[in-house]
Amino acid sequence: MKIVLVAEYRDGKLLGSYGELIDFADKMGGESVMFLVGNDTDLPKYDGVVYLADAENFGEYNPDAHKKLIVDLVGKEQADMVVFCHSSYGWDLAPRVAFALKAAQVSEIVEIADGLPVTPVCNAKLRRTVKVKTPQSVVTLQSGAFGLTEEPAGSPVIEKIEGNGEGRIEFTGYEEAESGGVDLSKAQIIVSAGRGVGKPENVEMIANLAKALGGEYGASRPVVDSEWVEHNRQVGTTGQTVSPKLYVACGISGAIQHLAGMKKSEFIVAVNTDRDAPIAEAADVFVVADLKEFVPLLTEKIQSL
Amino acid sequence: MKILVCIKQVPDMESKFKVDTAGTWYEKTDLAWRMNEYDEYAVEQAIQLKEQVKDADLTVLSVGGNQVKETMKKALAMGCDRGAHIEDDSSSDKEPFEIAGIIGEYAKDKSFDLIFTGMQSQDRGSAQVGILVAEQLDMSAVSTVVDFSYSDGTVNVKRELEGGVKACITAKTPLVVTCQLGLNTPRYPTLPNIMKAKKKELLSLPVEDLLKVEPRQETVKVYFPEKKGGGLVLEGDAAELADKLIQVLKEKTAVLA
Ligand SMILES: Cc1cc2nc3c(=O)[nH]c(=O)nc-3n(C[C@H](O)[C@H](O)[C@H](O)COP(=O)(O)OP(=O)(O)OC[C@H]3O[C@@H](n4cnc5c(N)ncnc54)[C@H](O)[C@@H]3O)c2cc1C
Repeated sequence: MKIVLVAEYRDGKLLGSYGELIDFADKMGGESVMFLVGNDTDLPKYDGVVYLADAENFGEYNPDAHKKLIVDLVGKEQADMVVFCHSSYGWDLAPRVAFALKAAQVSEIVEIADGLPVTPVCNAKLRRTVKVKTPQSVVTLQSGAFGLTEEPAGSPVIEKIEGNGEGRIEFTGYEEAESGGVDLSKAQIIVSAGRGVGKPENVEMIANLAKALGGEYGASRPVVDSEWVEHNRQVGTTGQTVSPKLYVACGISGAIQHLAGMKKSEFIVAVNTDRDAPIAEAADVFVVADLKEFVPLLTEKIQSL
Repeated sequence: MKILVCIKQVPDMESKFKVDTAGTWYEKTDLAWRMNEYDEYAVEQAIQLKEQVKDADLTVLSVGGNQVKETMKKALAMGCDRGAHIEDDSSSDKEPFEIAGIIGEYAKDKSFDLIFTGMQSQDRGSAQVGILVAEQLDMSAVSTVVDFSYSDGTVNVKRELEGGVKACITAKTPLVVTCQLGLNTPRYPTLPNIMKAKKKELLSLPVEDLLKVEPRQETVKVYFPEKKGGGLVLEGDAAELADKLIQVLKEKTAVLA
């Protein structure tokens, strides 16, 4: 099997997630080549051929042009599979490549079981095993599901690819995430509010528990999107990554994007009414309770210790 | 201007799921259904655009059995002009390429200027349909949009990237936009608008007329993941739970010291 691995650049730098692609190729037992639109000052540590298109010409986000480069490369290499990370770059580009190749696309693979890809369903409450019916396939990998246990090593053979960098969409630049305010990454104790808090007034009880514990409060994304809590307190892939001594998730279901931001915490407590919520997988202690009742009680008891 | 917004009806993710008898999806009985969260942002953005440009016609489309009309009525009550219900009792057996094929076939001779979809569904979560529709119609597409503005055929959007960084994009219509959480604040339908929506067109079209493609993948099985380790589970009276948790925190962590 021949596999094309699509690595990513952001703001002139190679993203470390390419190691996940290499691990996946190893697990598939395939022969791989790597593709990237980037520059030759920051290259992957990889023993194989890297097809490098210059980001100066092709842009970091230019789906029409990147698609064409990948499709041409798949033809040249007679590849059977194209592998992306399930990232903002990967989930945007993969369907375009799949469509052009008339290939099936399997999104967000978490593992390979008996040779078949497995993907999450319903906020990871269920899993699905998939069989591809086309000769070629395009897949995206859930962030963190694969990965090398050691730092990648090796030196690539670089093959530069040229071509037309035109596309219908114009990328005009990056806007940094809002900064300032609290730095959750330094907090030793974090109590986070999820959608389960129900209404903005209830954020206060989460903040009070955090205060009683001598920590900071954070939030899941819906709470931030609803503007009940400011963005710099959001935990997850599109917010902060934290690793406190104690993380208390209140009314948070445990979506993969939230888990990615807090699963390295030393001790995790979840407070949730749904015994089957996926946060249970990450929690050291899972308290089955209505947070509106439980959190104020706990806060009072801690204050009087 | 002609606008299309594509929505999916999904179960509430807090539901108790069971695997169906075929073993290839979840059992559809005893679930509470709602509009896919990502699609709520798509509907809201489509309505805001219609309100901005004034001279616009906004169609909401959904593929599924009769029950999806309930969710479509919500979109009509929010402000869509008409509904195109693609009647398909086995839509959940179809893979994203087929669903996109159906939508593309419906849209191909209707010259939509903008098509909005959610970036993914909450149940299957493939994040493919919107972009595949664009490919099929040879339109350009931008995914994962958290900021949208339109002026005179030009669309400025921001795509959300990891870490909360955004990529600023300019594109021309016709365009497909897939919407990410937080793009706007979806409105609640008001009672007068719910009444008005009852009179809006909601046409059902048989899926057979629009399905022209073959599936490229199939589900072998759906199952519950094995519970790996998992921690201590505390259940019971809230006051006792608080005492128990404090006990555990004292034993296992140094945070209460
Ligand atoms: C590209 C992308 C990036 C994302 N980035 C992030 C991110 O950075 N951070 C993030 O958090 N999410 C992120 N998300 C969203 C993520 O997928 C989930 O939608 C989100 O994390 C859900 O938040 P939640 O758990 O608070 O809400 P829900 O999933 O709605 O869960 C609410 C939980 O509260 C429980 N509950 C309800 N009432 C009570 C009560 N009274 N007492 C106790 N428990 C109760 C419910 O059982 C449920 O488990 C991202 C999504 C995408 C697609």
